[in-house]
Amino acid sequence: MRPVPPVPLARPRSGRRPSGGRIVNRWAWLALPTIAFLVVFFVAPLILMSLRSVTDPPNAGLRNYAEFFGSEADVRVLINTFYIATISTIVCLVIGYPYAYLMNIVRPRVAGLLLIAVLLPFWSSLLVRTFAWEVILRDTGVINSILLNWGIIDRPLTLMRNTLGVIIGMSQILLPFMVLPLYTVMRRIDPELTRAAANLGAPPFAAFRRVFLPLSLPGVIAGSLLVFVLALGFYITPTILGSPRETMISRFIADQVQQRLNWGLASAMAVILMALTFVALFLASRVVRIRDVYGALGDES
Amino acid sequence: MTSWLQPHRLLLLVVGGLTVFFLTVPTLLVVPMGFSSSQILAFPPPGWSLEWYQKAFTDPQWTSGFANSLQVAALTAVVSSVLGTLASLGMVRGRFPGKNLVNALILSPLIVPVIIIAIGMFSLYVRWKITGTLLGLVIAHSTLAIPFVVVSVSTSLRTIDRNLELAAQNLGANPARTFLRVTLPLILPGVFAGALFAFLTSWDEVVVAIFLTTAKFRTLPVEMWEQVRQVVDPTVAAVATVVLTVTTTVLLLAFVVRRQSPVT
Repeated sequence: MRPVPPVPLARPRSGRRPSGGRIVNRWAWLALPTIAFLVVFFVAPLILMSLRSVTDPPNAGLRNYAEFFGSEADVRVLINTFYIATISTIVCLVIGYPYAYLMNIVRPRVAGLLLIAVLLPFWSSLLVRTFAWEVILRDTGVINSILLNWGIIDRPLTLMRNTLGVIIGMSQILLPFMVLPLYTVMRRIDPELTRAAANLGAPPFAAFRRVFLPLSLPGVIAGSLLVFVLALGFYITPTILGSPRETMISRFIADQVQQRLNWGLASAMAVILMALTFVALFLASRVVRIRDVYGALGDES
Repeated sequence: MTSWLQPHRLLLLVVGGLTVFFLTVPTLLVVPMGFSSSQILAFPPPGWSLEWYQKAFTDPQWTSGFANSLQVAALTAVVSSVLGTLASLGMVRGRFPGKNLVNALILSPLIVPVIIIAIGMFSLYVRWKITGTLLGLVIAHSTLAIPFVVVSVSTSLRTIDRNLELAAQNLGANPARTFLRVTLPLILPGVFAGALFAFLTSWDEVVVAIFLTTAKFRTLPVEMWEQVRQVVDPTVAAVATVVLTVTTTVLLLAFVVRRQSPVT
């Protein structure tokens, strides 16, 4: 297995090529069935749901939105979602940056192994990984059993059904999305630059801080925004590891649909979540191409 | 010369090792739990038994979930690799206005929070009467899997040598024949890898499946989800181990396939 190929991170000039003749060539038509499929089965449901946020109950207008922002408990869900997403992003950055840095300086073979350690969990079932954390973190779980057996504690620690558990689980699951953009950017930094700084007398840390760190910032920004966006929409992990009192927005949306059949409010919240996602993603796309991140997840040609 | 014995580099190695541990070991802990002789999920297992595997492979709830998941994942792989390959050809070779928009459309299933996709689809698919059906779930999972196929196939398409196609045409092959005999074989590893990633996307998918399945037709992850939230006996750990085994096998296969893609 070889490491990810260097991919162009600069945004391509928006597709205006010197067109030789027709605007649409024959190959273009091949994309049509897929576009139609996605519009009917993916986009239409989202549009319909957005409409439902202002038409359910009939003539709701902005009432669902008013209800949401008027309720202190509902707004707290949103704030809690931001809080957990922010902390998870920071944890991922703190763990992911040194890891990507290590991948960047070791021999290619070792870098490949470190990459597998990121890719295998990415593709493993999110539910299984969350379940594994439940097995580890609960009162009778792995950590508490070991600590009790060794006599380090005499009552089990509360490691889940709270924010701590959610952040542990989410950070582990989201870590690949931080490491890959970071590594992609770091690979493109010319090692001669830090070496030059060192030759000119910079102590190692100064060479890193003044030269390497600023050059790796696009990766930091892209990775952080990506992790943050994905964290905003997490459902399974916070539901299993979190407290029912401190839910995140996805769980709230699901509960509105499944338990209260309140489609209007659920749709309004979904629209808010979607808007937040697009804003963050738009910012990320200024720095890095999203497809490069996902390309690196499966692809090593 | 730089050496790994410098303190800051040693620290980096330690941090890297801990991160590999954090990424992999917690998940692998479910494996011994599934072989436990205990009635509850206790650690360390007091003894070993195959009881839970026996239950996982004989209890109709689990076996039908397993069969349903395999079926949905296989069909998703077929549907999304056909649609994804067509889209890749159109995107890489095609020239048309609004290409960036189409690119965003194709990648958007990776980005839109899955709970929104789930309730949106549920709300519309109910009207079309395809909730609780194999068809509905395969369609839903295909939309989620297409981006992975497109990323994989596009990469293959960009790396092939177009002179080979020109040579075929100069030798008298028509466009269809050129595609079938030259282009397709060249991108086939990318298509196959994409199909395997599509399989995995469906195999592991739980949120959309929670909304689009019913008690009569459930996939394995949905069955697990129901069990995890109720009673947790070690059967779930045994099933989780089976799920992980299938995932890892398919993933390694995908990596091997991609590695064999023709280098030009």
